[in-house]
Amino acid sequence: MQPPELIPHLFRAESRKITAVLCKSLGIEHMEVAEDITSETFLLALETWTYKGIPENPVAWLYAVAKNKARNQLRRNHLFAEKIAPQLKQSAQVTGEIEIDLSDKNITDSQLQMLFAICHSSIPAEGQIGLALRILCGFGIEEIANAFMTSKETINKRLSRAKENLRAHKVPIEFPLKTEINKRLDIVLTTLYLLYNEGYYSESRDTILREDLCLEAMRLTHLLIENEQTNQPAVNALLSLMCFHSSRFAARKNENGEIILYQDQDETLWNYELIQKGAFYLKQASQGEKISKYHLEAGIAYWHTIKAGTKEKWENILQLYNHLLQMEYSPVAALNRTFAFSKVKGKQEAITEAEKLKLTGNHYYYTLLGELYKDTDSSKARSNFQTAYSLAKTQTDKQTIKRKMEEL
Amino acid sequence: MDEFILIFRHEDGGKLVSPEQMQIWMKQTMDWIGGIAAQNKFSVGNGLLFDDARVVKYNNVVTNGPFGDIKETIGGFIIVKAESIDEAVEFAKGSPVLQGDGNTVEVRKIAKSDGIH
Repeated sequence: MQPPELIPHLFRAESRKITAVLCKSLGIEHMEVAEDITSETFLLALETWTYKGIPENPVAWLYAVAKNKARNQLRRNHLFAEKIAPQLKQSAQVTGEIEIDLSDKNITDSQLQMLFAICHSSIPAEGQIGLALRILCGFGIEEIANAFMTSKETINKRLSRAKENLRAHKVPIEFPLKTEINKRLDIVLTTLYLLYNEGYYSESRDTILREDLCLEAMRLTHLLIENEQTNQPAVNALLSLMCFHSSRFAARKNENGEIILYQDQDETLWNYELIQKGAFYLKQASQGEKISKYHLEAGIAYWHTIKAGTKEKWENILQLYNHLLQMEYSPVAALNRTFAFSKVKGKQEAITEAEKLKLTGNHYYYTLLGELYKDTDSSKARSNFQTAYSLAKTQTDKQTIKRKMEEL
Repeated sequence: MDEFILIFRHEDGGKLVSPEQMQIWMKQTMDWIGGIAAQNKFSVGNGLLFDDARVVKYNNVVTNGPFGDIKETIGGFIIVKAESIDEAVEFAKGSPVLQGDGNTVEVRKIAKSDGIH
C-alpha cells in the first residue's frame, strides 16, 4: 500500500490504541493533549512517508514517534511539574524519564479502562457513544457526524461537553472496583448496545460506515469478554445478540438502501458463521442466575435465524417478548410482541391486543393494524396503511407502506 | 396514573391438574401479563409458593396455613398502572385465574407515599 491508502487504514487501527494509552498515562483532564499527540503523529507520518517511503515497521515507527512526542510534551509543559508528575511518579523510574507503555497488554487494559471512564453516568448516552467512537474506535469527526446524520459542529460540541463532564467529575481511568463492576458494566453495555443500534438502524446511506459501527461495537464487547472480570453472562448475551443481527446485514437492504422485510429476505445471504458465533455466545451467556434483557433479545434473535415459521418458533418468541416487556417497556417491543401474538393466536385476537396499544403517533403501529386487517377487512386495512403512510418520515418507509397498499 | 395491586386467590393448581395443564396456565398468565406490559401498564408481579408457608398469629402462634387447600389462598399478585379502578378491573377480568369457579382477583389501589394517602 502507498502512503495515501495505508495511512487511513493504520489510523483507524492504531490511533485508538495510542490515544487510549496516552489518555491513561496523562489522565482524563488531558484527553485533548492525548488526541493532539496522536493526530500530530499521523500528520508527521503522512509528511515523512510520502517523501522518504514507508518504514519497514510502520506501527513501531508510529509508536516511537508518539512516545517521543508525549515525552517532549510533558517536559515542555509547565503543567508537568505541578500536575502530571506526581501522578506519573509510580511509573517513572527516574524523574523526567516517562515511560509510555505501548505493549499489547497495556493497550488492551487502557482501552478497557477508557471504556469504563467514557461510560460515566454524568454524560448523556449520545455523548458516550460519540466519545467511544472518537477515542476507542478512532473515528474522525466527519464520520461520527455522518453516522448520526448531523453536522460536524454538533458533534464537536457534543464531544467537548462530554470531555468537560469527565474533567469536572475527575473520572479516574481505572478498572472499577469488584464491588462496583456490575453497576458500571450496566452502563457500558447500554452504550455498546446503542452504538450497535446506531449502526444497524442508521438511516445513513453509507453502508460501509454503518457496518463499521456494528463491528466496532462487537469488538469492544469482545474486549469485555476477553477480560476475566467482565466476562459475564450479560456481556456474552449482548455479543450473541449482535452476532445474530449482523448475520442478516447483507440480506436486509437492497442495492437502493431500502429495507427488505424479514419474511422477504433471501436467507442464502445470511451469514451462517455469525449465526454459529451467536449460538456459541448465547450458550456462554446461559451460565449464572440473572437474566438480562440482552438474554431475552438474543433469544428472540436466535429464533429469527430459523426461517420456517413453526408454531414452536412463534410461541417462544411471544413468551420472550412477554418477559422482555415486563422487564423494560418499549413501543418496538410492544409492536413486535403483538406481531408474534398474531402468529400464535391468529389475526382476529391480535387485533384486539393491538388496539389496546394506542401508539397513535407511530407509523409501525398502523402498518401492523393494516397487516392484521388485510385478510378480513380490506377497507380498514387500507385506511390504516394510509395513516401509516402519512406518519412515515423516511422515503424508504413510505415506499414499503405504498407497496403494501398496492398488494391489497 | 395510579397503581393497583391485583391479588389472585386460588387453590394450589399443582395438586389439581397435570403438569401439562399447569404449563398451559403458565403460558396464558404470561400472555395476559405480556398484554398489560405491552400497554406500558405493568409495574411488578410475582407468584407465591404454597410450600414453606406459615401464618404468625397473636401471641406468636405459628400455623401451617391452610395454604393451597382452599380457594381463598393468595397465589400471587401483580401491580398495574391504571387511570381508574375500572381500568384496573378490566385488566383483572383477563386473568386466567378466573377460569376456576370460586377463584378471585382482588383489586386494590396502592397508597401513594405522598404523606396524604
